[in-house]
Amino acid sequence: MFSTALIVFREVLEASLIIGLVAAATRGMPGRGRWLGGGVLLGLLGSAAVALSMEQIARLADGIGQELLNACILGVAVLMLVWHNIWMSTHGQTLAADARIIAGDIRDGRRALSMLLIVVAVAVLREGAESVLFLYGVALSGSSSVGEMVMGALLGIGGGAAVGVTLYLGLLRIPLRLFFTVTSLLVLLLAAGMAAQAARFLVQADLIPPLASPLWDVSSVLPNQSALGTVLHGLIGYDASPSGIQVVFYIAVIVAITAGVKWAKHSTSTTKTTATLAAQHTS
Amino acid sequence: MTQIARFFALLLIALSLSTHSLYAGEPELAVKLVIENHKFQPETISVPANKKVKLIIENRDTTPEEFESHSLNREKVIPGKSSVTIYVGPLKPGAYPFVGEFNQTTAKGVVVAK
Repeated sequence: MFSTALIVFREVLEASLIIGLVAAATRGMPGRGRWLGGGVLLGLLGSAAVALSMEQIARLADGIGQELLNACILGVAVLMLVWHNIWMSTHGQTLAADARIIAGDIRDGRRALSMLLIVVAVAVLREGAESVLFLYGVALSGSSSVGEMVMGALLGIGGGAAVGVTLYLGLLRIPLRLFFTVTSLLVLLLAAGMAAQAARFLVQADLIPPLASPLWDVSSVLPNQSALGTVLHGLIGYDASPSGIQVVFYIAVIVAITAGVKWAKHSTSTTKTTATLAAQHTS
Repeated sequence: MTQIARFFALLLIALSLSTHSLYAGEPELAVKLVIENHKFQPETISVPANKKVKLIIENRDTTPEEFESHSLNREKVIPGKSSVTIYVGPLKPGAYPFVGEFNQTTAKGVVVAK
């Protein structure tokens, strides 16, 4: 039972951390509970579908279907997070401060939430599918009773969820003036980490070169499988021995978001300046 | 909003151009291993160092397994009664342990690069 619980816990943990962070980052947005809940539900349905069709997926594209699927859904999540981070850079401050949304921003806010719904769904889908396959294997091998298996699964899910809730509550304790900066930074690193994971899958499928494998190895200091390593992996994409291309993808996303945020801020301020000048001109 | 959309369009174009590189794999070396009764066979695989290797893993059990190795930086689900491919390396000389995550007590092995 405990071995079942431990494996399910490890799978649930990563998704749970992502949901905790997204829930904190959407603080003050109306209807966010429905959107995040919808993401979890969609992810669960998706995991069942992926788990059921794993044999077909594994056979696709000369046996690299799994890597392609993983890289694609991670890629989608990265795009959503990049967009969200750029959007938040011009809207987040007001949201966090007022804890309510201005009328004109409601449509935008809804779009931001629908992007995060996809991020949550993707997180649940990836880890959920593996849990389903694992539990299916346990059930099939008959190595433990159904009761033990269900108990183990529930224990694992509960434990994983508890870590996510802890992260969420911890983030909410951050003073408002720092809150937006911290959550934006975490969302940025989450996106970068997901991009690096996508790169790893593409290397595993031999679609892109590793460049250096590994670029460095600090697994004797902080191994991936340690508790801290696992949490950092889920949150900011920590990898003790990354290949060169993973680091390239990681940095590329950070650069893209930083440039996008600058651009968005710049274009918002120029629009305002032009409007002011026009107003002065007519008067 | 439109600025962000435009930014994304540019980003996508840049990404597709940069990933459309002429990366072609070197001639590959394939190594086969089998999973049976939740055990890898053989449990020790010798591969040449500094060369890319294609691992072909056949799962003869009816239950799914997940090949996982932190030192090789790889993870992949192998459904029951099927075969998958995992590329590893080029590896520096050394030993790289791996496990079947779903049956960690029995499914263990090591890749030795020489």
